[in-house]
Amino acid sequence: MNAAAETAARRGPSAWARLWADKVTRLCVVAIALYTLTALYGEAVYRYYKGALWEGAPACLTWGPERVPPYNQVHLESRYLPPLSVAAWPARTLADGTAVPETRHRYWLGSDNLGRDVLQRLVQGARIAFHVGVMTSLIAIPLGVLLGCLGGYFGGKVDSLVVWLCATVSAMPGLLFILAIALIAGKGLFGIYLGIGLTTWVSVCRNIRAEVLKHRDRAYVQAARVLGYSHPRILFLHILPNVMHIVLISFSIRFPASVATEVFVSFLGIGVQGEPSWGIMINNARARLWQGIWWELAFVSLAIFLLVLIFNRLADALRDVFDPALRNR
Amino acid sequence: MLRYVLRRLLEMVPTTFGVLLLSFVLFYVVGGSPAQTVLGQHATQEAIAAFDAANGYDLPLFCGNWAELDALRRAPGGGTELAFSLGPGRYALPGAREAVLRDVGTGAERTLPVGADGAVEVPEGARLTAADGAVAARRHTRHFFDSQFVRYLNGLVHLDLGMSLETKQPVTQVLLQGLLPTLSLSVPILFFGALFGVVLGLLCAAAQGGWLDRGILAFSTALMSVNYVVWILLGQFLLGFKWPLFPIWGYESAYYLVLPVAIGVVSALGGDVRFYRAAILDEIYRPYVRTAVSKGLGRGRTLFVHVLRNSLIPIVTYVSLSIPYLFTGSLLLESFFGIPGLGSVSINAINSADMSVVRAVVIFGALLYQAVNLLTDIAYGWLDPRVRVAQ
Repeated sequence: MNAAAETAARRGPSAWARLWADKVTRLCVVAIALYTLTALYGEAVYRYYKGALWEGAPACLTWGPERVPPYNQVHLESRYLPPLSVAAWPARTLADGTAVPETRHRYWLGSDNLGRDVLQRLVQGARIAFHVGVMTSLIAIPLGVLLGCLGGYFGGKVDSLVVWLCATVSAMPGLLFILAIALIAGKGLFGIYLGIGLTTWVSVCRNIRAEVLKHRDRAYVQAARVLGYSHPRILFLHILPNVMHIVLISFSIRFPASVATEVFVSFLGIGVQGEPSWGIMINNARARLWQGIWWELAFVSLAIFLLVLIFNRLADALRDVFDPALRNR
Repeated sequence: MLRYVLRRLLEMVPTTFGVLLLSFVLFYVVGGSPAQTVLGQHATQEAIAAFDAANGYDLPLFCGNWAELDALRRAPGGGTELAFSLGPGRYALPGAREAVLRDVGTGAERTLPVGADGAVEVPEGARLTAADGAVAARRHTRHFFDSQFVRYLNGLVHLDLGMSLETKQPVTQVLLQGLLPTLSLSVPILFFGALFGVVLGLLCAAAQGGWLDRGILAFSTALMSVNYVVWILLGQFLLGFKWPLFPIWGYESAYYLVLPVAIGVVSALGGDVRFYRAAILDEIYRPYVRTAVSKGLGRGRTLFVHVLRNSLIPIVTYVSLSIPYLFTGSLLLESFFGIPGLGSVSINAINSADMSVVRAVVIFGALLYQAVNLLTDIAYGWLDPRVRVAQ
């Protein structure tokens, strides 16, 4: 047996192998992949009906005038249809003069108060949820990692400043702070990204800082110092890779939390405008719940529940594997 | 002990200052003047300037000698002119060649030459009516620190948080009215949440690894994953409408609070149980537990007397730090159940863009957090001598 194989045998299976060995975790990963595909499909539909890859794209990335996407098409003759029902849409003429013949449409998950397809809206909701989850993580995690690394590595005044910033931001009342930022940044997704991103970096920062503190005086860091490497090089090339698992765990915790917050904020009418976010769908569905129109609320709630549940479960599994000291938490 | 308390108080100063600074930056610097919201889309430039002057929104942010005025407009023949007349005070109008002063009593006008620096002194009883060609209009502040930040701190010290645009009441009064309903909702939530959480956490820890532990843990993770909004809608629909056991709107007797309190407790229970379980498991492998068991102490006594007492510190921290969140955490709960507390006040303020109320609730919440933090630390020092010495 050569040395490398010996080391590998002594260490046992890698963290990733242990992660993959758990059946429930594997199921979670597959479910997350399915959700991601759904969100990507939603994005494709959204872009297709937008008529361009992005606002003001060059001509080669534009394919036609903006049209009303299917998930926003109103069919007043087929309102409140229960799941699985088939509706016949009468022949009509669109605003741009195109004639649409009579079509039969199956509402797999029913229709809402304007005859819009709940399934198609649910897919768009997944798209927005992923936008929020990813964008807020892209704001919160780099900010938290950078500040946490600086504070933990340099200590002293820098650390005091980082700790002070964390204490200050975490003292603000969470949800109201997010709402206030979103309100000031203007209604829409951008306000939500900023609101959630700028309030949630604190926990990332604290975890990274604590971990960097542990590594700061380890032998490999001292060796790097003796070799005369610069601080940024030691910090970002030597220490950071060793604390990367915190980033992964943070992401798996932040993602579902951001999705849940977006639902809440959109529900209050501060988030997305004119697009079917899950929060807007819940708000839309709740008025008719009392008349027995249960499907929109039920399916949206289920979609949110499953997404948050699988991410929570994955976060637990990641923490167990990478941070055995916290196994009980 | 006194020294410890003093040190904690001193350590609180920078964070409190940070909180005040952050809310100032958020609401005054980024948020800007609410003149347009208050006065409407068609307000004149003069009305907006008068509003800003009355509320200090034209003052420098932190310190400075000059308040920037938005008093200029494009003149019909090219160049700029004053949009409205300016009252007594010291002004700087760089770029203007001459300024016209009108006496308020007699209506007599006189023209003053303006120097290179643009300084103009408008005496009492006169108004500055014209200064053609000025590129900027600045008013001299009363003193160097006559700034928005100082005004804001001054207002806070005097508990003057402005007027609510929506209800036309002082914000302080709005907050005070909301305090009691919020407390009557959040105190039971806190109490029952902690009670059920600790009991379930102990159960889990006692049966660690068994089916009961795994069952409660899985159930807690599931509870955590249900959205808050869904909890409320489901609770109202099932327990208020399908089986009408509880009223779902109003604030008349304790009975009206049962359903919202139950929803508040259940929605937080998942995360709580997981935390308490972990806190108790941290203690359960300590040597003193082994000693207690080996000297023949019963399982219940070991768990409830020895382990629980020692794991109380993280539990107390967790509970006390959730206090400030309770009053905003019940945001939706209050507005859904028609409880006129701080939560529904904030939701209404957000829906009507009543920034002075939103601002006040945020600042109030942050200061409350600071106060609770301090009290928790003091309680620590009192409960656990190690804390006093070590820090």
